[in-house]
Amino acid sequence: MEAVLAIAIGVLFAAAIYMMLRRSIVKLVIGLMLLSNAANLLIFTMAGLTRGAPPLVPEGMSAPAGPVADPLPQALVLTAIVIAFGVLSFAVVLVRRAWEIVRTDDLNRMKDTDT
Amino acid sequence: MQLAILTGFGLAFMAPWLHRWLGRYTPLMMALWPMSIAGWLALQWPVVLAGDPLLLEWAWVPALDISLNFYLDGLAWLFAMLISVVGALVLVYTGEYLKGERDLPRFLVIISAFMTSMLGLVLADNLVTLFVFWELTGITSYLLIGFHHDDPAARKSAQQGLFVTVGGGLALLAGFVMLAQAGDSWSLSVLGQRGEQLIGHELYTPILLCVLLGAFTKSAQFPFHFWLPNAMAAPTPVSAYLHSATMVKAGVYLLARLHPALGDTLLWEMTLSLVGALTMATGALLAIRETHVKKLLAYSTVMALGTLTMLLGIGTRDALVAFVVFLLAHSLYKGALFMVAGILDHATGTRDVTAMGGLRGAMPRTAAVACVAALSLAGLPPLLGFVGKELMLTSLLGALPYSGLVLALAFLGAFLTLAVAAIVALRPFFGPVRDMPVTPHEAPLGLLVGPALLAGLSLLFGLLPGLLDGLVAVTVSGLGVAEPGVHLALWHGLNPTLGLSLVSLVLGSLVFCYWGRVRLALARLEPVMRHGPEWGYERLMAGLVRLAEWQTRWLQNGHVRHYLAMTLLVLMGLVGHALFLRHRFEIDVSVDAYFHEVVVAGLMAASALTACLMRSRLAAVAAVGIMGFCIALTFVLFSAPDLAITQLLVETLTVVLLVLVLFRLPRFTRLSTPVERWRDVIVAGSFGLLMALFMLSVLTADALPRISDYMVANSQPLGHGHNIVNVILVDFRALDTLGEMFVLALAAIGVQAMLRFHSDNDVVSSERTTRGDRPHG
Repeated sequence: MEAVLAIAIGVLFAAAIYMMLRRSIVKLVIGLMLLSNAANLLIFTMAGLTRGAPPLVPEGMSAPAGPVADPLPQALVLTAIVIAFGVLSFAVVLVRRAWEIVRTDDLNRMKDTDT
Repeated sequence: MQLAILTGFGLAFMAPWLHRWLGRYTPLMMALWPMSIAGWLALQWPVVLAGDPLLLEWAWVPALDISLNFYLDGLAWLFAMLISVVGALVLVYTGEYLKGERDLPRFLVIISAFMTSMLGLVLADNLVTLFVFWELTGITSYLLIGFHHDDPAARKSAQQGLFVTVGGGLALLAGFVMLAQAGDSWSLSVLGQRGEQLIGHELYTPILLCVLLGAFTKSAQFPFHFWLPNAMAAPTPVSAYLHSATMVKAGVYLLARLHPALGDTLLWEMTLSLVGALTMATGALLAIRETHVKKLLAYSTVMALGTLTMLLGIGTRDALVAFVVFLLAHSLYKGALFMVAGILDHATGTRDVTAMGGLRGAMPRTAAVACVAALSLAGLPPLLGFVGKELMLTSLLGALPYSGLVLALAFLGAFLTLAVAAIVALRPFFGPVRDMPVTPHEAPLGLLVGPALLAGLSLLFGLLPGLLDGLVAVTVSGLGVAEPGVHLALWHGLNPTLGLSLVSLVLGSLVFCYWGRVRLALARLEPVMRHGPEWGYERLMAGLVRLAEWQTRWLQNGHVRHYLAMTLLVLMGLVGHALFLRHRFEIDVSVDAYFHEVVVAGLMAASALTACLMRSRLAAVAAVGIMGFCIALTFVLFSAPDLAITQLLVETLTVVLLVLVLFRLPRFTRLSTPVERWRDVIVAGSFGLLMALFMLSVLTADALPRISDYMVANSQPLGHGHNIVNVILVDFRALDTLGEMFVLALAAIGVQAMLRFHSDNDVVSSERTTRGDRPHG
C-alpha cells in the first residue's frame, strides 16, 4: 500500500508545485494547501503503515498488547496540520488585503505596484 | 608580556576619554606606551644577544594548537624595536601635525590599535596568531588611509589597499594551513627547524606560492605595487609609520621569518630575486615621474621593499647581512623623510616639489634634517644607507648565475634612488625662492623631534656601524646562517662596489640635473603605463560589479515563482544526485493493498489534479476539499484516529474560509502562455516523480532504531495517558506544542490586524471599488 500512496504523494507534490508556479495569487494559495497536505502525508507514510492498531493503551494496562502504529510521526503531523491551517488563514487574509489595495491578483503586476 | 602588548588595544579604546582629559597632550602621553615597550625590549637585549631566543608561552585555544606564544629572537627584536621607537616618535609628531584636528581621538584609536597589531605580528610564534594580527594591520591600515573619509579619492585608495592586501591575506591563510599540515606544527620556531621536511613535501610549491602572494601584496611587490602610492591619501604620520617603516615590511618580515623553513630552493631564489629586482626598477622608474613629494617617497619605498625581497631571494650570508642593515637604514631615513614631507606640506601648503624652492633660509633646521636623511637614502657616506647599499652591491656581484640581470636592475634602482633623494632634499630647500601658497616658516619642535632623531640615528650608525655588529649577527643567525661573525665598516677600501657607487653617483646627478627632460621622456611612455597592473585591478573591480548586476537581474528578479523554480531545481539536483548516484537505488513495487484503499488514494490524486485544471474557483476549492477528506480517510484506514479528526475539522474550516474570502477575488483567468505552462508542468512533474521515487526508496531502507518505542512503553507509566499521540503532544514533546500555540496566536493576531487595519491607500482603493466589497471591521 505504501507504494500506491507514494505515487499519490508524488501527484500531490506535482500538483502543488504546478499551482505555486502560477501567476495568480489565489492559485498560489491553493498550491500552498496542496503542498502542506502532501508533506503531511509523506511524513505519515514514511514511518510505515499499520492497519487497525491505533497507538492507544487499553484501559487498565500500562502498554499496548501488540504492535501499534508509530505514534511519533502522527504527533508531528498533527502539529503540522494545525500550523498549516494557521499559515493558510494568514495567507488567505493577506491575499485579500493585497487585493483590496492593489486591485490585482496577478503577481507580475503586483511587483510593480509598490505603494 | 603578552598582556602588556595587548593592553595596547585597551589603550586604543581609551584614547577618546584620554583625549577629553589631556587634550592636546594625549599623543605625547600615549607615546609613553611604545616607549615602555621599547624599554622592555632593551632590557631583553642581553638575552637576545646571547643567541638565546625568548619564548613566552600563553595558551589561547589549546585544543586547536593555537597559542598566543611570543617568540623573541634577533629578527623579532629588531622589528619590535623599530615599531615601538618609530611608533613613539610618530605619536609625538602626530601631536603637533594634527593639532586641533577634530578627529584626533579617532586617529589615535586606530594608530594605537595598529601599533599593537604590528607588535603582535612580529612577536607571534603561532601561524594563526600571526595571521590574525596580519589582518588586523590590514584593517587598521584601511581605516587610516581612509581617515579623511569625506574625500572620495581617499575612500577609493583605502578600498584598493584593503582589497589587494586582504586578497593576498586569503592566499596566505591557505598557505599557512598547508604549511602547518606539511610541517606538523603551527609554531614558526618549530617550522624553522623543519626546513628539509617542508622542502621535500609535495605541498611545497603551493605553500610557497600562497605565502609569496600574501607577502608580495602586503609588501607592495610588482605587480601589486600600485596600492602603496595611492595609500598616500592617509595623513602623513601614517605614511611615515605604516607605509614606509612598519606595515609594508610585514611581508618582508614574513619572508625573512620563513626563510629557514622554505628558503634554499631554486624556486624561492628565482622568484624572490627576480620579483624583488623588478619591483626595484619599477619603483625607481615610477618615482622619477612624480612631482608629488609623498608619492615620490612612496615609489622609492616600493623600490626599497623590492631590494629587501631581492636580498632575501639571494639568501647568501652577505645578502642577509645586507638585508638587515638595509632594512634598518630604510626605516630610519624613510620615516624621517616622510615626516619632513609633512612639515613641508604644513609650511608651504603644497606637496608639489616643483612648486617649492629656496626654503633653506626660512627653515634651516628642517633643511639640515632632510639633507641628512636624503644622504642616507642616496646611499652616500657617511650614513647608514651607504653601508647598506655597499653591502647590497657586494652581495650581488657574482652571487647568482643570472646575477647580471639582477645587478643591472639593482644598479638602475640605485642611481635613480640617488636622483630621488636629490629631488626630495635639494629641490625644495635650495635654488631660487619660489612663491608658495603659504609663507614658509620653521617647523615647531614637536614636528622636528621625530625626523631629527631618526636622521641622527642614521648618521650615528653610519659613522659607527660597529655598533650594529651584535644585532646584525644575531638576526642573521636567526635567518639560518651558520657563521654569523659580522663586522660592519663604513670604508671597505677600493673595490668594484665602490666603483659602482661612483658611477651611480654620476648617473644619479645627471638624472637630477636633467630631471625635467627625463620626466618628459617618461611621459611619452604614459600610454603603456596606463595599461599597468592598476588598470588590471580597475577592470577586475568593474567586472565584479557587472557580474553582480547580471546575477541580480537573473536570480533576484522579484518573481516568487522564479525563486521557487530555482530552489526546486537545485533541490532536485541534490536529492536526485544523492538518491541515484550516492546510494543504491532500489524500490519495492509489491503491492499489498485492498481495493478500497487504492480507490481512496486514486481519488486523492485525481482531486489534486482536478484542482489544478479547474477554471472555476468553487470547483477548485471543492476539489481541494475532496482531497483533504481523502487524506482524512487514509488516516482512518491506517490507525491514526487523532489525525483523522484533526484533518476533518481543519479541512472543513479551510473550505469555509476559502469560500468566504476567495470569492471576493477576481475569477481565474489564463495569465500564462502555453509555453510557460508546459515548462511548469515539466518542473512540477519531475519534482513529483522525484518525491515518489524518494518515498519508494526510503521504504526499502533499513529501519533505524525508533525512539517511539520508548514513548509507546512509557506513555501510561510516566505520562499517565492512554492515547499515546496525546501524551507525546502534551508531555514528551510539549515544547513543540507550545511553539505551535505561539504560531497560531501570531497568525491570529496577524489576521486580526489585517482585517482591522485601514491605511490611507485603503480609502482611495475603496473609492475605486465598483463592487461593494468593503473590508469588514
